[in-house]
Amino acid sequence: MEWEVVIGLETHTQLKTKTKIFSGASTTYGAEPNTQACEVSIALPGVLPVLNKQAVECAIQFGLAIDADIAPRSVFARKNYFYPDLPKGYQISQYELPVVGKGKLTIQVPPGKNTEAYEKTIHITRAHLEEDAGKSVHGAVEGMSGIDLNRAGTPLLEIVTEPDMRSAAEAVAYAKKLHELVQWIGICDGNMQEGSFRCDVNVSVRPKGTEKLGTRREIKNLNSFKFMQQAIEYETQWQIDTLEDGGKIQQATVLFNPDTGETRAMRSKEEANDYRYFPDPDLLPLIVTEEDKARVKATMPELPEAMKARFEADYGLSTYDAAALTASRTMADYFVSVVQAGAEAKPAANWMMGALSAKLNAEEKATADSPVSALQLAQLLKRIQDNTISNNAAKQVFEALWLGEGEVDEIIATKGLKQESDSGAIEAIIDGVLAANPAMVEEFKAGKEKAFNALVGQAMKASKGKANPAQVNEILKKKLT
Amino acid sequence: MALNTEDIKRIAHLARIEINEQEAVSTLTKLSGILGLIEQMQAVDTEGIVPMSHSQDLAQRLREDVVTQTNQREIFQAIAPMTQHGLYLVPKVIE
Repeated sequence: MEWEVVIGLETHTQLKTKTKIFSGASTTYGAEPNTQACEVSIALPGVLPVLNKQAVECAIQFGLAIDADIAPRSVFARKNYFYPDLPKGYQISQYELPVVGKGKLTIQVPPGKNTEAYEKTIHITRAHLEEDAGKSVHGAVEGMSGIDLNRAGTPLLEIVTEPDMRSAAEAVAYAKKLHELVQWIGICDGNMQEGSFRCDVNVSVRPKGTEKLGTRREIKNLNSFKFMQQAIEYETQWQIDTLEDGGKIQQATVLFNPDTGETRAMRSKEEANDYRYFPDPDLLPLIVTEEDKARVKATMPELPEAMKARFEADYGLSTYDAAALTASRTMADYFVSVVQAGAEAKPAANWMMGALSAKLNAEEKATADSPVSALQLAQLLKRIQDNTISNNAAKQVFEALWLGEGEVDEIIATKGLKQESDSGAIEAIIDGVLAANPAMVEEFKAGKEKAFNALVGQAMKASKGKANPAQVNEILKKKLT
Repeated sequence: MALNTEDIKRIAHLARIEINEQEAVSTLTKLSGILGLIEQMQAVDTEGIVPMSHSQDLAQRLREDVVTQTNQREIFQAIAPMTQHGLYLVPKVIE
């Protein structure tokens, strides 16, 4: 039987605020344990939560970015459960009335082994504000667990999708797109190692062609795209194998072990979770007016989709190129800087996705850390445009720029890469080549087109690659006919 | 909805409240009474009425995102039963 995997994601994004969602304690990462755990964070009796304006604005920004309904009135609820890193005995979250409603995100799924690249729209069910819990440190003291409440109360936006994804590749493409978007609009630093962006993935399988969803298992807390891919692939195969062996899938929460590449169910709960949600009487309903939305919208950067459309319209780039260049804000900003500095858009796009991306990938660097600045790349492209150097020479200049060997013109001069555009000099070279290669000339005259290219190659070689290839072509043609 | 003492014990367990058999029986009577009252209320036609989420008809006030809290760990941990290296210690939780 052919199976289909159905995937939905829940992502916890840590919002980029200075303080916690319900108190004025700092959210700076990596502080000494409990030095940022105020009386609200540790839940001393009698303390009251006061909602952080910035956290609300982050949620509104996200809602606007995914074209979602933003609730004019949303409600905070208590989600009750017991765990030592949750000292109140409940997490303040949103349940029935979340701040962000239905929205959507378009993803670009890269080509696979047997598939072409394609676009797909992922529907977002909701996004709600909530507080993070603290951290438990196990094993430091025999028989005890240590509790650090610095993280308790850190603002999170939990973003939930519909079960729209049909492969690990789609799930990863969605997660990457969301990861870029929250950084693009500046609501999350995207640091996955520090837990600023964590994904829970719901996976189920069903016979292909059927409608009814299978029983799902939830893979918790994936904090790398590579692990997400591996975990989903393993989990999917496990579920298919289980069903084909006549087994049944039990709803469960599973953890991924990166060392073995396997998913495993956490100790099964004796009782189904019953969080006994109810509206938090300590917090009034959150009201978001049209004016609030307009004010937040005015502060937002141009969104990737809009920028992509603009790149296509203004610069004549292909959809593919425009999508690639707007895959991240730093990449898009870099491109805009290169073009604004006077380089032509199409070669700029080609160089960025070619030489620059190759180098960045090879050295696992982010665009922001590129040793070749946007201005340097622009200067390099201008030197190709004005025929100072050939494309081949430009590659050498790029290498030198990457290694920090100086500025563009300086490198061209020291390496002697300036293209020969003096037609007299080129003519002399060509005359020499023709005299030295009578056989090739004969072949060409006998109708062998290839001989022409060979002659061009000889001329370029004789000029040590410095002759302008277009001119060589032109002069050679004239001389041979 | 009719409850039995097993339901009562389960609810008590979820709420981490320890009750004995006798208390379970008396709690069953009380809780059933509350549910009966809720059933009566559910008979009222509430069509078109927005559920109330707070007794006061006000909007949530927002706080500026400015750090106002300082480190008071020593004061807080002075009343904690056990601490070490700045961590609050609790009986081991097994995942």
